[in-house]
Amino acid sequence: MTKDLNLKNGSLTEISPEKGTLGETLRKQGVSRRSFMKFCATTASMMALPPAMIPSIAKALENARRPSVIWLSFQECTGCTESLTRAHTSTVESLIFDSISLDYHHTLQAAAGHGAELAREVAMEENYGNYLLVVDGSIPLDNPGYSTIAGISNLDMLNEAAKGAAAIIAVGTCATYGGIPHANPNPTGAVSVKDIIKDKPIINVPGCPPIPVVITGVLAHFLTFGSLPELDHIGRPKAFYGQSIHDRCYRRPFYDKGQFAETFDDEGAKKGWCLFKLGCKGPTTYNACATTKWNNGTSFPIESGHPCIGCSEPDFWDGGGFYKALSMPTDNLTQTLKYAAAGAVAAGVTVGVMNRSKKNTSNKIHVKTTLEDLEK
Amino acid sequence: MSTVNSPRFNIQAGSELTRNVEPLLHEIRHALQTFLDTGETSIIDLRSIPLAPGEEDSIINTLGQGEVQALLDVLGPSEIYETKYAGVWIVTHYNDDDNIISRFVEITDSPDVLKSQREDVVDALNALVTELGTDKT
Amino acid sequence: MTEIELLSWARGPGLQIATIVFVAGVVIRILEILLLGRKANLAEAKGSEMSNGLRTIVTRTIPDKTTFKRSSVTIVSGYVFHIAMFIPLFFFAPHILFFKDVIGVSWPSLPGAVVDAFAVISIIAMIAVLINRLTNRVMRYLTNFEDLLVWLLTFLPLITGYFAFHRIGLTAPSLLAIHLLSVEVLLIVFPFTKLMHTFTLFLARWYNGAISGYRGVAS
Ligand code: SF4
Repeated sequence: MTKDLNLKNGSLTEISPEKGTLGETLRKQGVSRRSFMKFCATTASMMALPPAMIPSIAKALENARRPSVIWLSFQECTGCTESLTRAHTSTVESLIFDSISLDYHHTLQAAAGHGAELAREVAMEENYGNYLLVVDGSIPLDNPGYSTIAGISNLDMLNEAAKGAAAIIAVGTCATYGGIPHANPNPTGAVSVKDIIKDKPIINVPGCPPIPVVITGVLAHFLTFGSLPELDHIGRPKAFYGQSIHDRCYRRPFYDKGQFAETFDDEGAKKGWCLFKLGCKGPTTYNACATTKWNNGTSFPIESGHPCIGCSEPDFWDGGGFYKALSMPTDNLTQTLKYAAAGAVAAGVTVGVMNRSKKNTSNKIHVKTTLEDLEK
Repeated sequence: MSTVNSPRFNIQAGSELTRNVEPLLHEIRHALQTFLDTGETSIIDLRSIPLAPGEEDSIINTLGQGEVQALLDVLGPSEIYETKYAGVWIVTHYNDDDNIISRFVEITDSPDVLKSQREDVVDALNALVTELGTDKT
Repeated sequence: MTEIELLSWARGPGLQIATIVFVAGVVIRILEILLLGRKANLAEAKGSEMSNGLRTIVTRTIPDKTTFKRSSVTIVSGYVFHIAMFIPLFFFAPHILFFKDVIGVSWPSLPGAVVDAFAVISIIAMIAVLINRLTNRVMRYLTNFEDLLVWLLTFLPLITGYFAFHRIGLTAPSLLAIHLLSVEVLLIVFPFTKLMHTFTLFLARWYNGAISGYRGVAS
């Protein structure tokens, strides 16, 4: 039970044996085999895995043990939890949540005060080395008092909880890259989980908030394979963050043709043309919105006529403004241009006058060589 | 899900959009050939391919509707039907709110999820036995 | 520093520094040339300086027959490069937005495919220019370090722009950041190298015409 978890070998399935396998849990809840097959097929599709893997996913999920999950919320707005609980509305996705044991989440749990904290401590102790730690929100380093839970600073709580975690899932842009608290001038000295924890596998699931299916997809991947999904250079699962919004955007043909909406209500906007000129950050943003979409697949911001704000990228808040086109300078370059030109004219005139006087002086002191001089 | 009266963006699905429609149909043709030759079945996840609005519909329309249709009630509805090309099935899973959560093209003589599952049959037998109030033996 | 931070730096402070150096450098150098003045010509004027000067600015754009025969490769590749380069620079929609933000005016853009085609042409022309420079014996003799540096710094924005447009190799923020940085380096060295010909060519051509004009001879 205290066996060390080797993520690479898919042994997350060893977690908390007393909690039973997922297959047993589901059968007990009266979930039919057909329903389970649907669940597996959908999970595979959700994780962007080839359908040929569905049988092995089914097998792995069936035998998976329910892992203990501890969820810590630091400097955040609860939007990530909101997003996640929206994933709950659909029956299939909710199965993912039934398949974990969420032992601590101070917003969602019924217990409060000492009871809540006790639940966290017990879960940490019982599942030491095996539990999943989920974090949303950033951690203030300037003054530990800026954000505390039950009198414990965020930094201390994170360090303590990380020690016994098998892996950490940083949910939301605040936990992954510092997010809004980290935005200039960063009054609390906010940092991300990765800035503090160096010795644990960390999966970044950024977004403000992240797409619910992406959060559940990462959990499903853990359950299925007991390993980290393949990550990109800034720690995001490639299955969801492998392609930019721009590369999967259905408005791309308009971008290529040079057809842009100039304002939010012009002819171009009504025709659904590209939103680049309105500040779209799709070209530099990696996320699954364009294919996975939001609100149970209804649409995504660009489909609703609003440019992408780049919320799954570090420092998206400081990118020079949501409505400023990506190719525009972030600062006021016009003013710089004017001042530089004015200064240069002054300097140029000074230099010119100096050159002139130099020329005049040399003209003045210039002595003509005469024949006599040469004969001397 | 028709939204006749709501204002819609004038996005036309056309082959110029993602150019993924044709290759996909060819992939289905290959899979059907393989199924005929070797009996090997295959599944294509329609949601794994970037398609513009309307392109999925154009694939579905091309494949048409065949002889068999089935409605499943499994964690929300699912719909299975054979296309006008025998051996090519469309499996669509919905959630409780009738949103499509996954959609597959299956090349097989009958999709697995349609068949009664052994585990469910075991449960069924137990249930029937309980219902009749008789001993199993 | 993350790639997004790099991009933000390139769009912010980097651009500021490059603009200041570029504008100040160019203005000071042009003023220096103009303010140096010319010796008063005591001979009686036999024609107009101004009209002749303005005329040569245009006419000197067309190479004369003998010059063309002597160095046709240089001239053709040079022309192709310059013209092709202007299309992506001034007619790619994101670039127009840049100019609009800085100088407040904008104009219609060209479709991506057209811009792309001209970018490829200008890249090929630039490579041709370099090959010609290195294989032609006279040209090679005249080539110094600055020429090669200027070639490279002009080539970089083009090739990085091409890579960013097609999103080859790296992720998009890195590609954009590298493209911007290459432009910034170009702007910074601009006033201190032969790149100044962009502006001085007009002065030089005007003087050529004006001198002849004053004397009343054909230029
Ligand atoms: S709307 Fe945004 S993401 Fe879509 S094509 Fe235009 S710039 Fe790219």
